[in-house]
Amino acid sequence: MNPEITDMKSTNNELSLHNDQKDKTLNRIFEVDDLNVYYDDFRAIRDITINVFANEITAFIGPSGCGKTTMLRSFNRMNDLIPSAKITGNLSYRGANLYDKKVDPVEVRRRIGMVFQKPNPFPKSIYDNVAYGPKIAGNVKKGKEMDNLVETSLKKAALWDEVKDRLKSSALGMSGGQQQRLCIARAIATNPDVVLMDEPCSALDPIATGKIEELMTQLKEEYTILIVTHNMQQAARVSDKTAFFSVEVEEESDSRTGILVEIGPTEKIFSNPEDIRTENYITGRFG
Amino acid sequence: MSGSVKRNRKEKVVRVGLTVTAFLSLLVSILIVLSLVFEAWTFIEGISLGWLWGDQWAPPFNEYDLKTPIVGSLIVTGIAMVVAGPIGLASAVYLSEYAKPKTRKWLKPILEVLAGIPSVVLGFFALRWVTPNIVQQINPDAPGFTLAAAGIGVGILTIPLIASVSEDALAAVPTSLREASAGLGAKRVTTTIKITIPAAISGLVAAFIIGISRAIGETMVVFLAAGGGGNQAQFTASVFDSGTVVTAAMAATTAPSDRLSEGVALQSLYFLGLFLFVITLLLNLVADRFVRRVRLVY
Repeated sequence: MNPEITDMKSTNNELSLHNDQKDKTLNRIFEVDDLNVYYDDFRAIRDITINVFANEITAFIGPSGCGKTTMLRSFNRMNDLIPSAKITGNLSYRGANLYDKKVDPVEVRRRIGMVFQKPNPFPKSIYDNVAYGPKIAGNVKKGKEMDNLVETSLKKAALWDEVKDRLKSSALGMSGGQQQRLCIARAIATNPDVVLMDEPCSALDPIATGKIEELMTQLKEEYTILIVTHNMQQAARVSDKTAFFSVEVEEESDSRTGILVEIGPTEKIFSNPEDIRTENYITGRFG
Repeated sequence: MSGSVKRNRKEKVVRVGLTVTAFLSLLVSILIVLSLVFEAWTFIEGISLGWLWGDQWAPPFNEYDLKTPIVGSLIVTGIAMVVAGPIGLASAVYLSEYAKPKTRKWLKPILEVLAGIPSVVLGFFALRWVTPNIVQQINPDAPGFTLAAAGIGVGILTIPLIASVSEDALAAVPTSLREASAGLGAKRVTTTIKITIPAAISGLVAAFIIGISRAIGETMVVFLAAGGGGNQAQFTASVFDSGTVVTAAMAATTAPSDRLSEGVALQSLYFLGLFLFVITLLLNLVADRFVRRVRLVY
């Protein structure tokens, strides 16, 4: 193992890094090795091996049922919430095994935030939505400090100007696109290292989608972003790396499982993919 | 196009039928209220008002101390809610937020079956088990019939109802909210307290109100465990005394007896019935307002 990584492992094992200690130079932020996720006996993804690099947008594309979302949810241990889910293989985050017994999934999710497919603001005020994460983490004082954090987060999510006069009104009164940007603001308010986005624009109109895409390109300066998308143009527009997943039917058991076909720089995947299955998919001849 | 006339007629029959049914139930409710008011008024006319304030509820002796059954009802319902509220809510939270799907699958039906235990069985249980093992442990001087035992019995009876309705309310909270909270680094208990319960608050309040209505309306347990079966109850504000509640007093008054089959004694129970009706109505109005004020729509 690379000595630098070993060194990071010793400091990061408890996942208790302060933000100013984040080492952006270590650019392999996730190393996934032979990862399998099962729901009871059903194998959702098989033998996935991927590296994810810091301050890049990595897009997961592929047909429905190919395990993209399962893969994404493995990065912040959201699959732990599903009782039947089991995982094998290795997934390390900044050199530390994310599935180590000593790792607290709650802590993981503070560092690796998530934005969901459907905007899911809490039935609370705009302010309380953004303040929720830092409040439960207990590391930001109420009052001025929290006000500033809410403002910064909303600004980063390009929402501040639209909502600054109605921070106390319910988040449910916002449009879908605003709600999704609020969810992004809420995710970055906990000062995460990585933001996972599960088809964040699938419930939005093209204008709102455009805003979110623009936002993502800004956010990658500070965060690493992983995004699942059904929209290939979106992957082509915003991502630096693209991973193409597909469904494979195992012949003996007739069970379907998600596999990674290839991962590479987005330009290459869309112009000159190595695998014929990728080419068929991106050119619309899905096979 | 020829089918449309027939279809329209069918549509009309269904609509008229449904409208008539709806108004019929409304009419029945109004008639009940009117008869309550009418009989209760006859009762008030037939007695002297001083009879309504004394130290016992004893229709055979023309003593109608209203505070006896009313305070009894308050005590029993209060104890019942202290027992059933926390336990019911905790069961609901466990079932909805913590139990594995397999556990919930067999646990929830059992809970619903518990709701079907006849209250006379629970009344007997309250008398024979709760009284010696709980009430008389707390207060060794307590008699064999106490409002406390009745309250605990009614509480046990109400747990499944509160748990079941609360569980429905919690289960109706979208999973996406729990995931959002978990995704922000919330522990399950934090998500439950800060997100799920507030989002379900209207349903939970409804569960409590239904529980209170159930507890106020419960007759048999009090009849057996608090000694409310007699046609005579002394006023008490102590949980360790025997006593009666509004419903048990009504039931006792209707028990066959030459003297009470007519006249003011019989009409007294219309008066209590009207009182029960007004209380429940007020309760629902208050609950409705409260729910609307705190409701968090998702």
